Amino acid sequence: MIKRSFFKSRYLPYLLIFPQILVTLTFFYWPAIQGIIQSFLLSDPFGRQSKFVWFYNYIELFTDPLYLKSIFITLVFSIAVASVSLSLGLFIASMANRALRAKAVVRTLLIWPYAVAPAISGIMWLFLLHPSYGVVALGIKKWLGVNWNPVLYGSDAMIMIVMASAWKQVSYNFVFFMAGLQAVPKSLIEAAAIDGASPFKRFWFITFPLLSPTFFFLTVMNIIYSFFETFGIIHTVTQGGPGGSTNILVYKVYQDGFVGLNLGSSSAQSVVLMSLIILITFLQFRFVEKKVQYGG
Amino acid sequence: MRVLKLFLFFIIAGCFIFPVSVFAKPVTINWWHAQRSARGKVVAKMIQEFNASQSEYEVVGTFKGNYDETMNAGVAAFRAKKQPHLLQVFEVGTQTMMLSGAVYPVFELMKDAGYNVDWSRYLQAVLSYYMNADGNLMSMPFNSSTPVMYYNVDMFKKAGIAPLSKSEPITWDELGDITKKIVSADIAKAGMVTAWQSWTQIENYSAIHNIAFASKANGYEGLDCELEINNPQVVHHIAMLKSWADDNRFMYGGQKYQGPKAEFIARNVAVYMDSISAIAKLKKAVNNFKWDVAPLPVEAGTKKLQNSIIGGASLWVLNGHSKKEYKGVAAFLKFLSSNAMQEYWHKETGYFPITIDAYESLKSKGYYKANPFQEVGINQLNRAIPTKISRGLRLGYFVQIRNIINEELEQVWNGKKSPKAALDNAVKRSNAQLRTFEKTYE
Repeated sequence: MIKRSFFKSRYLPYLLIFPQILVTLTFFYWPAIQGIIQSFLLSDPFGRQSKFVWFYNYIELFTDPLYLKSIFITLVFSIAVASVSLSLGLFIASMANRALRAKAVVRTLLIWPYAVAPAISGIMWLFLLHPSYGVVALGIKKWLGVNWNPVLYGSDAMIMIVMASAWKQVSYNFVFFMAGLQAVPKSLIEAAAIDGASPFKRFWFITFPLLSPTFFFLTVMNIIYSFFETFGIIHTVTQGGPGGSTNILVYKVYQDGFVGLNLGSSSAQSVVLMSLIILITFLQFRFVEKKVQYGG
Repeated sequence: MRVLKLFLFFIIAGCFIFPVSVFAKPVTINWWHAQRSARGKVVAKMIQEFNASQSEYEVVGTFKGNYDETMNAGVAAFRAKKQPHLLQVFEVGTQTMMLSGAVYPVFELMKDAGYNVDWSRYLQAVLSYYMNADGNLMSMPFNSSTPVMYYNVDMFKKAGIAPLSKSEPITWDELGDITKKIVSADIAKAGMVTAWQSWTQIENYSAIHNIAFASKANGYEGLDCELEINNPQVVHHIAMLKSWADDNRFMYGGQKYQGPKAEFIARNVAVYMDSISAIAKLKKAVNNFKWDVAPLPVEAGTKKLQNSIIGGASLWVLNGHSKKEYKGVAAFLKFLSSNAMQEYWHKETGYFPITIDAYESLKSKGYYKANPFQEVGINQLNRAIPTKISRGLRLGYFVQIRNIINEELEQVWNGKKSPKAALDNAVKRSNAQLRTFEKTYE
C-alpha cells in the first residue's frame, strides 16, 4: 500500500500542485488541443484563411502509402533502438558491476555519452560512416569488401541511425541498470552460487527478475526516446533518406509542418503520433507490467 | 514631501520630453534574413553603408537562422502582428508568400514611393522567377544563383580531353564519352556527381530545353496545375543517368551539396554539377588540383537553348507598417540595387548582380577577365529571353514536392524503381500535394 500524506488544511494540497497544473495546462494541454483543432483545418501559414475540412487531413494521410510505410519504419526503428540500447546497457552494467578496480572512473566514462546532444551524436557517426568521408566506412569498404553506402541504400542508412541513436541511450540505460544491480542483495546470489547455479542461471533467475521494474521503465523510456528525441540524429545524418527509408514519423511532422508549412497535415500527423505513443505505452502497462515484480 | 513632489515632477516631465527625442531618431526598418558568417558580414556592411548614406532611416538586420527558420519566424511574427518590414524567403516559398495576402508587392511599393524603376534593366531570368502572371515583380531578388558544371582539369588532361568552352555547352552525349574515358582509364572512381538533383537535373534540365515542369505555365497561371516531369525527355534523361550509374559514369552523392562536393574535392569524380555559389567554396578547399567551370550540358539537336533558372532567395515587404516606413523600405531596396552594392555583393558572395548595369560595369572594369569562373553562370542565365516555361516554377508545397522528387530519384539510383515508374509516382504524389494546397486557398 502506498503511504498517504495528510494535510491539515483542505486547500493546501491544491495550492501546492497549482503551479505544476498551470505549467502542464499551458505547455501540454493547450498546444495539444490547438494541434487537434488544427488537424481538422486547412489553413495558410499566415493564418488569414482557414477552413474546416472534417477528416480531410487524416484521409489524405492514410491513403498515402508512404505514410503507412513511415509508421512501419518508425516501429522497426524504435524496436531496434530499444533492443540494442537495452541489451548493451544491461551487458555493460553487469560487467561494470563486477569491475574491481577504478569502478568510479569506469562508470563515469560510461555515462559520458549521455551528455552528448543527439545532433552531435549524429554528426559524429556521420563522420565515421559517411561513404565519402567516413573513416570507418572507408575501412569497411576496403577490408570487409562490403559495398557500404548509407547515402544510397536504405538498410545501411537505417543501421547507421540505429547505431547513432542507441549509442547515446546505452549510457542512460547503463545508469539505471547499474543502480538496479547495486540493489540486488548479494546474499541471494551467494546462496544460489553455493547451491551450484551457473553465472548465467544466477543472472536469469535472480538478478533479472529483480531488475524487471528497471527494465520495464527503461523500455518505456527508450521507446519514447526513439519516437521523439532521435529527431536531431535523423536531421543531421539522413534527413529521412534515402528514398524515405529513414523518414520516421516525428521527422515527417517537422518536414511537412515546419519546413513545408502544411499545418493541417502536420497537426494530423502529430495527433496520430500522440495516439500511437499513448497506445504503445498503454499496451506496455496493460500486458508487460503484469510480469514485473515490484518490491522484494 | 517636497523632494518627492519635485522628483515626481521630473519623472512626468521626462515622460513628455522623451517621445520628442524619439521622433528625432531615424525611422527603424527591420530586415530579417538568413545570411550568416561570411555572407552575414557582407549583409551587415551593406546595411551599415545605407545607414551612413542618409539620416532619415535606420535599417536593422537580424539573422533568424536558416531559410526555413527565417520564414517560420516571419510567419509567427506576422500572426503576432510584430512582423519585420523585410523578410528574406527562399525561392520555394514564393508561392506561399504570394498568396499570403501579407505582402506589399515590390512593384507597387516602388511606384507608391515615387521611384520610376526601369525593370527592363534587370536580369530578366532573375526577375521572372518572382513575377506574378501579369509580369509584375512581387519581391525583390536578393541572392540568386544557377547551377553550372565544375570539372577537374588535371583529370581531363590525363584522359586527353581538351578543356571545355566557358560559353558553349557540351552535349550530354559528349559528357557520356568524356566520363567513359575517365572511368575506363581508371583516372577517377566515377565520372560525375550532382548536387541538388531536383534543381539541377530536373528543374534546370526542363527549363534549358523549354520542357514544361508543370502545367499552367509551371503553375504561374493557376493553382490547378499538375506536375509533368514524367514526360519522355525527362524520363530519358533520368534513365540515361541511371545507366551511367550502372557503369560508374555517374555516382549518387546525396540530396544536398555536401556529399557531392566532398566527392569532387576528394578527386573521386571528374565532373560536379552545383550552384555557382560553389565557386567560393572550391576556391577555399581545393589546393591539389586545377578545376574549371563550364555551362550545364544540353541535349544534342536542341534548336533553341533556353536560360537556366535560379535558386536562392528574395526580399518580401510585409504588410502592416506606416507609409513613412515603406518609403524607407523603398529607399533601401533602391540602394541595394545600386551598382556599388550589386558589385560588392557579387564580388564577395558570387551571387548574381541583379541589374544589367552592374554586370556591365563589372565587365568594363575587367572583373570577368580576372575571374572567368563568374561569367559562366551569367551567360547561361542570359542566353535567351525567358519563355513562359523557362522563367521559373510557381508551385505550392514546393518543399514537399522537392522531397518527393528526391525520394523517388533515390529509388531509381538504388535500383528499386524504373525511371518511368519513379517519375510517374513523383507526379502522382506531388499532384496530391498540389490539390491540398489548392483546396487551402480556393
